Amino acid sequence: MSKPFLSIENLTQCYPDGQGGTMTVFENATFGVEKGEFVVILGHSGCGKSTIMNILAGLAEPTSGVVKMDGYEVSGPSLDRGVVFQNYSLLPWLSTLKNVSFGVAARHPDWSKAKVLDHSREYLAMVGLEGDVIHRKPSQLSGGMRQRVSIARAFANHPKLLLLDEPFGALDALTRGTIQDELLKIWGGTGQTVFMITHDIDEAILLADRILLMTNGPFARVAESVEITIPRPRNRTEIVEHPNYYPIRNHMVQFLGKRSKELAGQASDGAAQSPATVRIERTPPEDESGEARRLRAVNL
Amino acid sequence: MSTLSLNQRALLLSVVLLFVGLFVWEMAIPAQKAVGELTEYERLTGGGAQKAGVPPPSQVLAKAWEELSNPFYDAGPNDKGIGIQIGYSIYRVLSGYLMAALVAIPLGFLIGMSPVAYKALNPFIQVLRPISPLAWMPLALFIIQDSEASAIFVIFICSIWPMLINTAFGVAGVRKDWVNVARTHELGHLKTAFTVILPAAAPTIVTGMRISIGIAWLVIVAAEMLVGGTGIGYYVWNEWNNLDLTSVIFSILMIGIVGMMLDAAFATLQRAVAYAE
Repeated sequence: MSKPFLSIENLTQCYPDGQGGTMTVFENATFGVEKGEFVVILGHSGCGKSTIMNILAGLAEPTSGVVKMDGYEVSGPSLDRGVVFQNYSLLPWLSTLKNVSFGVAARHPDWSKAKVLDHSREYLAMVGLEGDVIHRKPSQLSGGMRQRVSIARAFANHPKLLLLDEPFGALDALTRGTIQDELLKIWGGTGQTVFMITHDIDEAILLADRILLMTNGPFARVAESVEITIPRPRNRTEIVEHPNYYPIRNHMVQFLGKRSKELAGQASDGAAQSPATVRIERTPPEDESGEARRLRAVNL
Repeated sequence: MSTLSLNQRALLLSVVLLFVGLFVWEMAIPAQKAVGELTEYERLTGGGAQKAGVPPPSQVLAKAWEELSNPFYDAGPNDKGIGIQIGYSIYRVLSGYLMAALVAIPLGFLIGMSPVAYKALNPFIQVLRPISPLAWMPLALFIIQDSEASAIFVIFICSIWPMLINTAFGVAGVRKDWVNVARTHELGHLKTAFTVILPAAAPTIVTGMRISIGIAWLVIVAAEMLVGGTGIGYYVWNEWNNLDLTSVIFSILMIGIVGMMLDAAFATLQRAVAYAE
């Protein structure tokens, strides 16, 4: 089996517990992400999602284990891995346009100023920011607009891997929906590999190709990898009609509500902890319509 | 009154207060009796001689008009125009202040970025900071052997601390998220310092600079009283020795006005670097 585009191997993170011992957040986490895949990771607070994200971004060092992208080990932050932070992390003293263009200029030092600005404008327009708005400071923008800028900044750099750390966590439900649609639209056009954290099950189903479910910490692990067997392009109003939607959703509610606790706190004894693949398929196959409504859960 | 804006009402009140104050001051000065009204005994005991007293505002205003209409005359070491004296003071303040900024801001950056540098330098800063700048004067005079340069050194030493401490504080307090943005965009150390940390810490740094220029202007008057020769501080002391209280009051006013203008310049700078989160 060939290595996936992004492979996380035996990742372990320990912190001192303040009493002389160590507290293991997660241990021997091992999973992969294919090129062009949209992977969402779901889990309760404290299970180490953000730590995994920071390690992938190169902003934090794992206690042990490696992350390989394209066959090379990840060490330190890089322009190849773009990050959209939960709190937008726009530089408040720069205008919206400058917030995007400084990233583009960092990515393409050889580009002319005009080319950098044109490229930045193009990506801001993709998230619906055009005209005078792009000369405003972030403090003069609404939360939704700020996150759009942050998304435009990340996409404008064409990173090999895009990391989204609860990008819609601070937004109201309606704004969140609009920006999710915009994210899907841009992502569809670029085919970017995306790794995203969220707390929202519906958001995860709408966006993801695959959802990784994490058990609670300490000794959290990525327990399951749920394939989202709903065809794209997806639309928030239509996917709920899909026969696979509620079985997938229920599976995840069950996991987060009950099994994430039951599976918690198990030390791995040094073995790599790969997630079990779960595939839920209830669409009636066209040739065997009589066999509708069957559940296939395959553990590979 | 309701038709006037808040600013207009405040201005009106300021003007009223000014005139009331000047009126009370003018009235409080006892008029000198004319020689003809004195008794023989008073004349014999010297009552007819001009008595030195606090001058009324009318005299100060007349003096101000006279001085400000020809501020740059130079009639020898003890008689120079107010413009020249203030010019000397501003020159000393700015040269000492600029040197302090050149030391304090890079050093503050270092202290703010490196916890080791902070811990290592903090004891020195804490001991040196509370020393009155004028206490350095004898040492400065002995080592530098030049009164002019000693005055500049005193300005240097008094304006360094607020800038140093504020720069370190501002740099250390830059939000981790912004630094992470710089890191994920692979900005080098120098680029990060200039494009992220400096603008992020600029409001705090400029606040320190504003405090420093205020202190420097306070200290220059005292320093010039000691070193003598030129400058607004020397001018005040010289006029006191001449018992010319009108000039003393006039120069006190000028010290206030120049201090206000220096502060206003930094307030403008502060607005320019401010940002809302």
